[in-house]
Amino acid sequence: MSKANLLDRRAVVSELLRDRKGAFAVGGLGASTYDIAAAGDHDRNFYLWGGMGGAVMIGLGLALAQPTLPVVVITGDGEMLMGMGSLATVALQQPKNLSMIVLDNEAYGETGGQASHTGGTADLAGVAKACGIADSRAISTMAEVEAFASSLQDVTTGPRFASAKIDGTNLERVLSSRDGTYIVNRIRGSIGHTPI
Amino acid sequence: MHARAESAASWPEEIFSILQRFEVRQVPYVPDAGHSELIERVLGSSSMRGIALTTEEEGVALLAGAWAGGQRGVLLMQSSGVGNCINMLSLVQIFRLPFLTLVTMRGEWGEFNPWQVPMGSNTQGILELAGIKVLRASRPDEVREVVEAGAAQAYNACTPTAVLLSQRLIGAKVFTK
Repeated sequence: MSKANLLDRRAVVSELLRDRKGAFAVGGLGASTYDIAAAGDHDRNFYLWGGMGGAVMIGLGLALAQPTLPVVVITGDGEMLMGMGSLATVALQQPKNLSMIVLDNEAYGETGGQASHTGGTADLAGVAKACGIADSRAISTMAEVEAFASSLQDVTTGPRFASAKIDGTNLERVLSSRDGTYIVNRIRGSIGHTPI
Repeated sequence: MHARAESAASWPEEIFSILQRFEVRQVPYVPDAGHSELIERVLGSSSMRGIALTTEEEGVALLAGAWAGGQRGVLLMQSSGVGNCINMLSLVQIFRLPFLTLVTMRGEWGEFNPWQVPMGSNTQGILELAGIKVLRASRPDEVREVVEAGAAQAYNACTPTAVLLSQRLIGAKVFTK
């Protein structure tokens, strides 16, 4: 199902995290977590292997707790569709340091490539904007990805949302740790919190 | 025993004080009449952030992010909201979260609306199946010690805990035309 002119998901995520500095990266379950792992393990990577629909809310909790550090949620269209209400919740809070990007392959890639709503009628950037996230856009070029990557470092102008149409080809899985306690305690350790 | 009536007005205030003492910072909620006084108190507070949700499961995920970022939180919801949380409660075990939720009960003690009863009857069982310890307060004079115990075991021992605030405590909702 590879189409011309669609973005390569690994190239997108690699660019988003290339010069991440202190940013936290939250990945939705499935391919976006593999993409984040493929860009390189990091103690501020928040890998999800479940909790579908929760990625944006995890990003919000983290962003509110650490308002001076950038938080970027990188998730898929299916995961975002399941947690669409969280865009309204984010908009109400207006966390300046939170960025969200959906890697939209218009399909549930992890379960066999069944069509998702974004390939039909749903427009996630439109949803985000209508919820009250003023800086919401559809992006389709690497230049726009680069611009998004640098804007996510600005913790005074969020929240921002982008939806990027990506090539739906399933890539080799790059498996991150799936030990949740390790993942969370490593993030906490990176900001100076010791175990209980 | 007559002091009970006097303290009845203040149990939400007692909960608020406990949350302050435990340095709770994020308070996600789906509104419920039984939580209205506490929610107002939180929204007026400088140390806590009240976060209105569209559905209760958002609050579970939010608290996971908050904990990763070094903040404690508490989820305020009604018993029907517990059903909305089920899959997301996986995060509580997976991350070993210091999870605390205060659940106002419907579907019991003089309930008028039969639609509240199925979920209200199963709230405790569902929470326990999800690995969450359940405490309950049914009288105004026991709210403080029960919530305090719940907060202590959740935050100090990372023991996920739900405190059910009985409909007997809150009062059954009166439906009038």
